Amino acid sequence: MERRVNYENDLNLMATELRLGLPGCGDDEPQRKTNPSIRNNKRTAPEISEVTSSESSSSVTMSGSDDQDSPPPAKEQVVGWPPIRSYRKNCLQSSKRNEVEGMGMYVKVSVDGAPYLRKIDLKVYRSYPQLLKALENMFKLTIGAYSKREGYNGSDYAPTYEDKDGDWMLVGDVPWEMFISSCKRLRIMKGSEAIGLGCV
Amino acid sequence: MEPSELKRSKDSPNSDESTRRSSFPDEVLERVLSLLKSHRDRSSVSLVCKDWYNAERWSRTHVFIGNCYSVSPEIVARRFPKIKSVTLKGKPRFSDFNLVPENWGADIHAWLVVFAAKYPFLEELRLKRMAISDESLEFLAVSFPNFKALSLLSCDGFSTNGLAAIATHCKNLTELDIQENGIDDNGGSWLSCFPESFTSLEVLNFANLSSDINFDALERLVGRCKSMRVLKLNRSVSLEQLQRLLVNAPQLAELGTGSFSEELTFRQYVELESALSNCKNMHTLSGLWDAKGIYLPALSPVCTHLTFLNLSYAALRSDELAKLLAHCPRLKRLWVLDTVEDKGLEAVGLNCPLLEELRVFPADPFDEEIIHGVTEAGFVAVSFGCPRLHYVLYFCRQMTNAAVATIVQNCPDFTHFRLCIMIPGQPDYITNEPMDEAFGAVVKTCTKLQRLSVSGRLTDLTFEYIGRYAKNLETLSVAFAGSSDWGMQCVMGGCSKLRKLEIRDCPFGNAALLSGLEKYESMRSLWMSACNVTMNGCRLLAREMPRLNVEVMKEDGSDDSQADKVYVYRSIAGPRRDAPPSVLTL
Repeated sequence: MERRVNYENDLNLMATELRLGLPGCGDDEPQRKTNPSIRNNKRTAPEISEVTSSESSSSVTMSGSDDQDSPPPAKEQVVGWPPIRSYRKNCLQSSKRNEVEGMGMYVKVSVDGAPYLRKIDLKVYRSYPQLLKALENMFKLTIGAYSKREGYNGSDYAPTYEDKDGDWMLVGDVPWEMFISSCKRLRIMKGSEAIGLGCV
Repeated sequence: MEPSELKRSKDSPNSDESTRRSSFPDEVLERVLSLLKSHRDRSSVSLVCKDWYNAERWSRTHVFIGNCYSVSPEIVARRFPKIKSVTLKGKPRFSDFNLVPENWGADIHAWLVVFAAKYPFLEELRLKRMAISDESLEFLAVSFPNFKALSLLSCDGFSTNGLAAIATHCKNLTELDIQENGIDDNGGSWLSCFPESFTSLEVLNFANLSSDINFDALERLVGRCKSMRVLKLNRSVSLEQLQRLLVNAPQLAELGTGSFSEELTFRQYVELESALSNCKNMHTLSGLWDAKGIYLPALSPVCTHLTFLNLSYAALRSDELAKLLAHCPRLKRLWVLDTVEDKGLEAVGLNCPLLEELRVFPADPFDEEIIHGVTEAGFVAVSFGCPRLHYVLYFCRQMTNAAVATIVQNCPDFTHFRLCIMIPGQPDYITNEPMDEAFGAVVKTCTKLQRLSVSGRLTDLTFEYIGRYAKNLETLSVAFAGSSDWGMQCVMGGCSKLRKLEIRDCPFGNAALLSGLEKYESMRSLWMSACNVTMNGCRLLAREMPRLNVEVMKEDGSDDSQADKVYVYRSIAGPRRDAPPSVLTL
């Protein structure tokens, strides 16, 4: 899929003959370029006709992507585009906020033999391998691979967690999403103690 | 026959030569006409002759006013003496997208004052894009003792205090439907305002509100309203609370859940699933805010009967959607977020052969870094599996002419085709050509097309096609498209049934505007913003067509001669007197 074009990246826009579909980003409208406010979305159509009658089809494409190295500065949104009702926009934004900020899922992690506990944010990870790797890095130990039949047998440590019911479970048995929603804390048990867990 | 002949001659003393006498007595005619529901049929009927006009006006109980400024409340009351139900639409549709200035108008109050005097037995009021204050809601609540149904869609100006007034005073309320409004949410105590003796509610939709509500009051209310068939909760209602409500309301036909994401114990999950499986009448499901995939299987007992599933607030992945849809063979309408991606839409095509309507909303419409969402492939997949598809709203970031041609070949019965390629002026991403042929295919193949929204890079050719082929088109939305006046002229000249035309950011100027001179009186309205129209062009239009209201909204800092936003509509009420200073009536 094509990279987004940002309307604000003036250098690139000026360099291309056809500026996206928003004509009027021209030399004769200086206030438009610098003003990131959403009120300025007027189109001066003469540029449009120039633009659309232009021969070179290559310049018709939307991208400044060829020229783009640096991430765009504050992007100028066109007022009322895409056409989505404010209500829906607000709902989506508040969902994202919940996801991104406040709802980090911090749980305590204890390792047998370690003098103090750590805390990690489970939301940062998307899968078991990612989580286990992070734990290995954090505590400088090896957990090894999970298998349904044998758990983590064969490795020095076994990751376990306390679920909502207060039971200690082996990490990896249930789907990731279910794990995330029921994990209250983590405990990395020493291999010798963990043998019982794997074979239940 | 004698008395009725007398009555007839009394009613229409001068109509012997020009009007054909109906052979029915008036009472019979009124009785027959009272069976007519469609307002378009009624309009046709009223044009037949004076007798029929009179019979129709006396028998009409519901009036639909598509533009609140096209007529005045006094005129309505004079013509229709027996109205019990009113539907009113106010602001131009682009106000939903912040293109209309604040305080533009469409205030309901003047209407309510007239209704209170002329229709004291008013039962229903349905408003769309109107401004309504708490004072107006209070006035409504106390002025109409038989008031039954209030529906507010995309309105603004009120708060939960106004809802409290409705709950307190409307003893016969059956419907309270609050959707997608700009509402000031002062908390959920309004729900407690329904008296304990109140049991008539059948429809309750407060999904719009964001704050916590008084759950105990809600639980009691749902428990005692045994005829409730539609219940749409807001996000603050938890899954556990939902289960408690459902246990007392298994008769529900439409359910909007609250938040679908908090953690459930196994027992709670089972109880929820059981409560849902008792809802044998449920055909519509929505809400599902922030739905967590693992709890969706609880819905499967309900899914087999579902005809409408609204997942547009649940950011589901493709596999989650696929699993859910496997249980929904009877689905006719589906709304989703584009987080389901093309793979999710493939599942739609595979599982829902009866699908008639699909809406795909963007989860991240303003984020330019996002590379997922849906593409042309998803739409094509649906079209192969769902030949009955006739309504589509599709937000995407890429499309091709070939894909659209395939889609309409598979689904020739489109009545509503709304395609939004989210980057303005985006061409066919494979061939780099304009999207003209795509929309050409749509209008050539879909002869029943009533509503069309175009997007992407379009030249005048698109509009030539539209003018030539879209003979049933009633509503057209255009943005960032066209090459010259010719485009709009084609549409004005060719689309004989056009009623609503809304245009933004297109190179159409005065010649285009004026080409529709003859046409605007047969249309509801025209909107043109950020085009090439000038004040002089608008003045000319206003001068030539006195029965049109031509309104111009100027933006700060714009050229004096430019008409930044133009709104033209027919009216028998004359220019409006409540326009704010930013709106000039010419």
